Amino acid sequence: MARIEAEVGKPQGGFMKWIDDRFPLTETMKAHATEYYASKNFNWWYIFGVLATVVLVIQLVTGIFLTMNYKPAAADAFASVEYIMRDVEWGWLIRYMHSTGASFFFIVVYLHMFRAMLYGSYKKPRELIWIIGMLIFFVLMAEGFAGYLLPWGQMSYWGAQVIISLFGAIPWVGDSIVEFIRGDYSISDITLNRFFALHVIVLPLALIALVFVHIVALHHVGSNNPDGIEIKDHKGPDGVPLDGVPFHPHHTSKDLVGIIVFLMLFTGVVFFAPEMGGLFLEHANFEPANMTATPEHIAPVWYYTPYYAILRAVPDKLWGFILFAIAVLLPLFLPWLDRCRVRSIRYRGWMYKTALTIFVISFISLGYLGLKPAEHIYVILARIFSFLYFMFFLLMPYYTSIDKTKPVPDRVT
Amino acid sequence: MDKSKMLRTVTAIATMFFATQGFAAGGGVLWEAEIEPGNIASLQRGARNFMNYCSGCHSAQYVRYNTIGKHLELSEEQLIENLMFNADKTFEPIRAAMPSEDAARWYGTAPPDLSLMARARGADHIYTFLKGFYVDPDSPTGVDNVRLPGTSMPHVLWELQGYQEAVFAEHTEDDVTTYTFEHFEPITSGSMDEEDYDNFVRDTVNFLVFIAEPIRSDRRVIGTWVIIYLIVFFVIAAMLKKQIWKDVK
Repeated sequence: MARIEAEVGKPQGGFMKWIDDRFPLTETMKAHATEYYASKNFNWWYIFGVLATVVLVIQLVTGIFLTMNYKPAAADAFASVEYIMRDVEWGWLIRYMHSTGASFFFIVVYLHMFRAMLYGSYKKPRELIWIIGMLIFFVLMAEGFAGYLLPWGQMSYWGAQVIISLFGAIPWVGDSIVEFIRGDYSISDITLNRFFALHVIVLPLALIALVFVHIVALHHVGSNNPDGIEIKDHKGPDGVPLDGVPFHPHHTSKDLVGIIVFLMLFTGVVFFAPEMGGLFLEHANFEPANMTATPEHIAPVWYYTPYYAILRAVPDKLWGFILFAIAVLLPLFLPWLDRCRVRSIRYRGWMYKTALTIFVISFISLGYLGLKPAEHIYVILARIFSFLYFMFFLLMPYYTSIDKTKPVPDRVT
Repeated sequence: MDKSKMLRTVTAIATMFFATQGFAAGGGVLWEAEIEPGNIASLQRGARNFMNYCSGCHSAQYVRYNTIGKHLELSEEQLIENLMFNADKTFEPIRAAMPSEDAARWYGTAPPDLSLMARARGADHIYTFLKGFYVDPDSPTGVDNVRLPGTSMPHVLWELQGYQEAVFAEHTEDDVTTYTFEHFEPITSGSMDEEDYDNFVRDTVNFLVFIAEPIRSDRRVIGTWVIIYLIVFFVIAAMLKKQIWKDVK
């Protein structure tokens, strides 16, 4: 219901009033921007949520333009990508932005998740924000996987072949599931077509919906901050948190600076190193898919390799798949695995700090090992780091409950 | 968080990504091509070499003649007279003169399209391959290659390079004998000396790198302007932020 203005009788109105009587525009802007208060002590770790939104927009817009010239058919897909790269006006830029955007999406999201682990952003009352965020991550993994098949290069084809066949490890129904996903006895035109549908409609819709819910939940509870304390506990007489500043114009102006720095890195890759030495665009993917010739070395794109390394570290196919799935799912349970009463790493003890450091080293090392062939020392290292990865989560209830914490300040520092 | 910590984090992430992924390995021998991507004369010679020696069997189906003309500063007449042996219109792509079904029958495998070979395998690979043919009486083509052992491609440049013999070093360890390439010894001389042939191959490789991504040099120029724009934008945005935050303690 529209609020009755204080000064009755004053000529009112204009365009905004007309809108507000019919749609809560001013109210929404206040609730989510000009009167949404977030802590004034955000550091640069807090930029990655905004950056993830920026990348999402880049991917949606460039994606729309790519679909205007891309042909989702086994006979035409590879050639249509080269057509975009060579003959479509600015097609190369759109395509490089999209391919670079995919990698940057994961960089930004991984750092965003790490921020939550640094400052305990997943802890009560923000468990749902974390869970929705993890669902976004799962959808993003599926989105990246479906998208990677579309250029129909050698690595698209064989990467998809390897990953889809993983489901074959499931007892009894494995082969049927694999066939169901592919829609065929091998990766084919049919698979490409359905992956296109998933990549451009189903998963982006899910992604947008989940991002929306993620932000609604965040704005309902309020953002955490590097001190891990509630700014809502100390409000001024006007009801405004004393340590909060409005999202707009304060955080937006700060975010703009971060976005520009991000764009410098992003365009740096787009214009000067779009292949990123074979990490963002793999060399083998410049050869069209050929089901009769297997590339010497098949590795998924870098953003899946930590989990891929865990999968390969296990000698048994089924157990490899199970541990791979657990590794992906485990972070979902962080809000309950973490028993520490303190949110922020600033006031936590040495145990969590050590555990988190080991976790980061393990995750990055697994990412590196997943790119390497599974032989000799690489397998042994992958096993060690996989073990450490799991221990970080599984021992967490223990070490976070006995860890000595420092006193938490009353107000943000 | 202080700036040095942030910087260290960024450096750590950057290091992770600069651990580059290698090209698919060949026969172990690999020489640096040392091409000059901006050298138009070298690219023009490379185009001539490609049309005369490669395009009989190999297509470059994603590359149009007029794209070559535009980037290599060649007029339509120059294109038609010097490069277009197998096309009428400048917008046509580079097709091979030899039908690929026949090629597959004659050589066992169809000669691959070369549009993207430089991006798929790397400039050094092609450079080494084109210099790496040696006489092998057991091979159906009479030659083998140190870069791609067992290749079905004959030594089409023999007239220029001549034929050479490869000397391998033999190592036997635990009853397993391995051969490592050591050097070549010329058998017959071609019409070019070693240096000329080296330059011939280098120009050709340069051209192949160019056709793999014709926009390459342009994107760097555009990218420089984009970065300059962002730096200016950054200064303005930083001033705006400072102004808005000046009362926050």
